[in-house]
Amino acid sequence: MSEILSVTLAVRHGAFRLDVAFEAPPGITILFGPSGSGKSTTLAAIAGLIKPDRGRVSLGSDVWFDEAERIDRPVHLRRVAFVFQSLALFPHMSAAGNVAYGMDRTATRDAQRKRALELLDRFRVAHLADRRPSTYSGGEGQRVALARAFAMAPCAVLLDEPFSAMDRELRQSLCADLRASASELGVPFIHVTHHRQEARLLGDRLLFMDSGTLVAHGSPDELLRVSDG
Amino acid sequence: MSPLSLSLFVATVSTLLAAVVGLAIATLFATRRFPGRALVDVLVTLPMVMPPTVLGYYLLVLLGRRSVIGRAFEFVTGSSIVFTRTGAVVAAAIGALPIVIKSGRAALEEVDPRLVAAARTLGASPWRAFLTVRLPLAARGIIAALMLAFARALGDFGVTLMVAGNIPGETQTASLAIFDAMLAQRDRDALTLAIVLTLVATAVLYTVNKLTERRRT
Repeated sequence: MSEILSVTLAVRHGAFRLDVAFEAPPGITILFGPSGSGKSTTLAAIAGLIKPDRGRVSLGSDVWFDEAERIDRPVHLRRVAFVFQSLALFPHMSAAGNVAYGMDRTATRDAQRKRALELLDRFRVAHLADRRPSTYSGGEGQRVALARAFAMAPCAVLLDEPFSAMDRELRQSLCADLRASASELGVPFIHVTHHRQEARLLGDRLLFMDSGTLVAHGSPDELLRVSDG
Repeated sequence: MSPLSLSLFVATVSTLLAAVVGLAIATLFATRRFPGRALVDVLVTLPMVMPPTVLGYYLLVLLGRRSVIGRAFEFVTGSSIVFTRTGAVVAAAIGALPIVIKSGRAALEEVDPRLVAAARTLGASPWRAFLTVRLPLAARGIIAALMLAFARALGDFGVTLMVAGNIPGETQTASLAIFDAMLAQRDRDALTLAIVLTLVATAVLYTVNKLTERRRT
């Protein structure tokens, strides 16, 4: 798969206005900007969690949303993995249960569990398989959330500041794992962050958002170098 | 049946009835926006604040032997709704219903919407997300709601008297039997039943409090 996610969105919510148009090819696109700039709203609209007022969202020739054509595919049929800032791990399920949740339901329980354990192992949290989220330490929850997102064989991955509460070391290690998965999956990733180091570690390209619009795009190194010093 | 076992029977059946109807309405409120929402909310809450006589009056009009529902029921089952055990069940369920709806809805709404959203992005249909994420996470609250409803149903007096009468062995529940015992100056009987009802209510409330205590995360 090497399809491009194209996004055109207009959202009005009270005084807040979001107006963006961009394309995300396979690889990691960073959506960067201060809080309140509309990054999370953009992700939610792509996933179908909120309905934009106008716009179009498509992956290759597959149209998910088109206001003019009255196309609005339900969230669960878009197959887009979403990693929430709060992680949103199901508190009543073990790590294996969380990871298996999005898997092909025609597979047997054993097959699902086997695959869940493989994914947990790849994110180095196999030891959590039978434990519930309330017992995870910092970083472990993030890893389980990533494993869960990739278990559904997504055709796009959206990450809403999943590493915001991490220290430098954990962040670097999680970024490395995420990069490896992105190149393996070969689908568009959109990663929201307002953390410069994270943006530079992860991003193939960067979109700079402010006040609901895109103000710049380019390589993370170029865009973030100037104000880095 | 003795007043006490009749009470337990009526309360159990009416709680089940209120659970089915009430949880369906609670789910509707917790997950959907629909026209007339505010009005329906008021209507289903009315039984909490209206005099039992008024509720009883409406039920008699609605379910009485000359009403459409009453005649249909009698045609099918051969017995009337009012002044029978069925009437006692309906009377108790009417009081229990708002409790199921209010508390059930609160329990369902308390579930973090991001968890439901996460389930949806993972490919779950709205129905599957409800059954596998929202409902299990609201389970304690819902069980607490049903227990409260049971306690309420167990203690109904006014509506039952209006709709089901006070027929010993048939519709005379414990709370009605206490009233009878007092009138007939059978103080011991009244006291025994009062103590039993108090104990049951206390046990139910204690369990409800335990169930709804904030869980440590």
